Amino acid sequence: MAEMTYRDAINLALKEEMRRDPSVVVLGEDVALYEGSFKVTRGLLSEFGEERVKDTPISENTIIGVAVGAAMGGLRPVAELMTVNFALLAMDQIVNHMAKIHYMFGGQATVPMTIRMPGGGGSQLGAQHSQSLETFFMHCPGMRVLYPATPADAKGLLKSAIRDNNPVIFLEHELLYNSKGEVPEDSEFLVPIGKAAVKRPGEQVTIVAYARMTVLALQAAEELAKEGISCEVVDLRSLAPLDDDTIMASVKKTGRAVVVEECWRTCGLGAEIASRIFENCFDLLQAPVRRVSGLDVPMPYSRKIEKLCIPQAETIVQAVKDVVNGHY
Amino acid sequence: METKLRMVLPDQELLRLYEQMFLSREFEEHCAEQYTKGNITGFLHLYSGQEAVAVGATAGLHKEDYILSAYREHAQAIVRGADPKRVMAELFGKATGLCKGKGGSMHLFDPSLNFMGGYAIVGGQFPISVGLAFSAKYRNEDRITACFFGDGAVNQGTFHESLNWAQLWELPVLFICENNFYGIGTEVHRSSALASIHRRTCGYDIPSEKVDGMDVIAVYKAVKYAAEKVRETGRPYFIEATTYRFRGHSMSDPGKYRSAAEHELWKSRDPLPSFAKRLLEEGIATRQTLDAVEARCKAKVEEAVTFAEESPWPEDSEVYSDIYV
Repeated sequence: MAEMTYRDAINLALKEEMRRDPSVVVLGEDVALYEGSFKVTRGLLSEFGEERVKDTPISENTIIGVAVGAAMGGLRPVAELMTVNFALLAMDQIVNHMAKIHYMFGGQATVPMTIRMPGGGGSQLGAQHSQSLETFFMHCPGMRVLYPATPADAKGLLKSAIRDNNPVIFLEHELLYNSKGEVPEDSEFLVPIGKAAVKRPGEQVTIVAYARMTVLALQAAEELAKEGISCEVVDLRSLAPLDDDTIMASVKKTGRAVVVEECWRTCGLGAEIASRIFENCFDLLQAPVRRVSGLDVPMPYSRKIEKLCIPQAETIVQAVKDVVNGHY
Repeated sequence: METKLRMVLPDQELLRLYEQMFLSREFEEHCAEQYTKGNITGFLHLYSGQEAVAVGATAGLHKEDYILSAYREHAQAIVRGADPKRVMAELFGKATGLCKGKGGSMHLFDPSLNFMGGYAIVGGQFPISVGLAFSAKYRNEDRITACFFGDGAVNQGTFHESLNWAQLWELPVLFICENNFYGIGTEVHRSSALASIHRRTCGYDIPSEKVDGMDVIAVYKAVKYAAEKVRETGRPYFIEATTYRFRGHSMSDPGKYRSAAEHELWKSRDPLPSFAKRLLEEGIATRQTLDAVEARCKAKVEEAVTFAEESPWPEDSEVYSDIYV
C-alpha cells in the first residue's frame, strides 16, 4: 500500500494499463503536451509517446466517435472529456452510437472503451461548469457508469473499466483530486464493476452515497455516532449497474435509508434508488426513504449561495436525524 | 469521347458491375413490394437510381477496406457481399437476419466483409470512420476506410470535425458523398451556402473530385484513383458523386417537392439501361447474356424473400442479449 491522491491513483491506473496492453491509447483535449487540464495524464506523453497519447481538437462529439471507431477496430481507447459538462456535446456519439452498437448490430461489434470525465460542483465555476450529470448516463442501457470516492477505488475501477469489453463512463470528482488514501500497489489490483462497498458498518440507518457524497456521508456518520446514531454508509462505486444486493442487504438490516445525490433531485438517481428500496424492502422499512439532493437550479456562482445547492455533511446529518426521529 | 470499357476492366468484371447494379435495383423494388404487403415495417429508404455509386465505388476498393454508410445502405451491404437472403431477413425482422433482426433496414453490419455499419443519425458515421482509420493506422493494417454519406450530412458538425481530424492526424479515410440533391425534401441549395459540395473540403486542404454518379465506370475510376491516393499518402480524399433517387426519401414520402420534368430528366440517365447499352454497343455482352444475368438476379431476390418469409422470429430472450458483452 502507498498513500497517494485520487489524481495520482487515476494516473497510475492509466500508466499500468498502458504498460500492460499496447492497444490502450489515451486521447482528449490537452491530455498530451499539457498533461491534462487537471493534470491527471501527467507523464503519459513522455512515457508512451505521441502515437499513444493524443491531443485532439476541441470536438467533443468527434472525440467520442473516434474512440468508438477505434474500439470497433481493435483498440482500447481511453477518451478524456475535459469536464462532464462537455459530454452534452457528445451525447449523440455516447447515447446513439457507443451504447447501441453492440446491440443494434446483433452482438457482432464490441466497443471496449472508457470515457473519463471530471465533474461535480463546489468550485464556483458557474452554471455551465458545475454540473452533476451522472443520472443522464445511468438512464441509458448499453454502458457502465462508475464514480469512485476514494483513491483506491479510483485506481481499481479505472483498471477494470479499461479491461472491460463494454463502453464505460468513468466519472471523477473535481474536488476529490487532491484527497489522499492508501492504494494497493499491485498492478493486478482491480475493483469489480457492479459492486458497492460498505464503507462504514452501522445499525440504524443506511446512507447510500457515491463519489464526493460518500466522503460527506462518512463525515456525517462520524458526527451522528457522537450523538449515538449508528449509520451504515454504502458507497455505490458503480452507478450502472447498481448493486441492488448490497443496498437491499443493508436496508433490510437497518430498516431506514437516506440516499445522497449531488445531481438534481428531479428524476435523479436518488429517486431510482428510493424506488428500488420501496419495491424490495417495503415491509421492513421503519421510515420512508429520504433523499438529500442537489437543488433543482442552475448552479449559481456566488460562494454563499452555491453552497446551498450541493448536499453538505450537515444536511445529511439532519436528514438522518429526521428519519430516525420520525420527522418526515 | 467516352473511354472504351475494355480499357478500364475485363469483360467479366464489367458484367459483374452490371449484375450488382441489377441485383441492387431488383432487391430494392422487392423491398418496396414487401413493405406494401406489411412484411417490412419501420423506415425503409430505397437506393433505386443510385446504384452506380455503390457498385462503382465498391469495385474501386480492396476487400480489406472498411466501408461505413448511412441508412440507405442495403445496396452497399449486398454489393460488398452480404447475402441478400440475410439482408431481406433483417428487413423482415427475422432471427436469421444479418443482425439477428435487431438492427433493421438502417443498421446492417457484417464484420466478415469489413462492412462496418449503417448509421441512422445523419453524420454519425463520420467520427466512427475516422476512429476505424486511426485503429488501422495504429495497428499497421493495410486498409483504408470508405465513408459514404448523403448531401444532407455535410452540414452536421461531425462532417467538419471529422474532415479536420482526418487531415490533422493524417488518416486514410476516403469520404464519398452521394449527392442526390435532396435531404429529405430540402434541395441542396436551400441547405448549403456552398452547394458545390466537393469544394467545401478546401477549408481542410483535402483533395476532392466531383464525378457523375449515374455512370458506374466514372465512379469506379474516380474511387480507384482516390483509394490509391489515400493508400499512398495515408491522408484523406473526398469524392462527390452526383446522383438521384428515383423514389421518395423513404416509403412514406411521395416526393412532391421534385418536378416531373426533373424526375424524367434523371430517369433518362438511369445507370442500368445506360450501362447495358454500352455493354451491348461495345460487344461485351449480348442481349441473351444480359437476360441471363437479370434472370439470375431476379431468382436470387425471390429466393431472399422466400427465405425471409420462412425464417423464424427472434426468441423473446433476444430482447436482453447483446446489451453488454
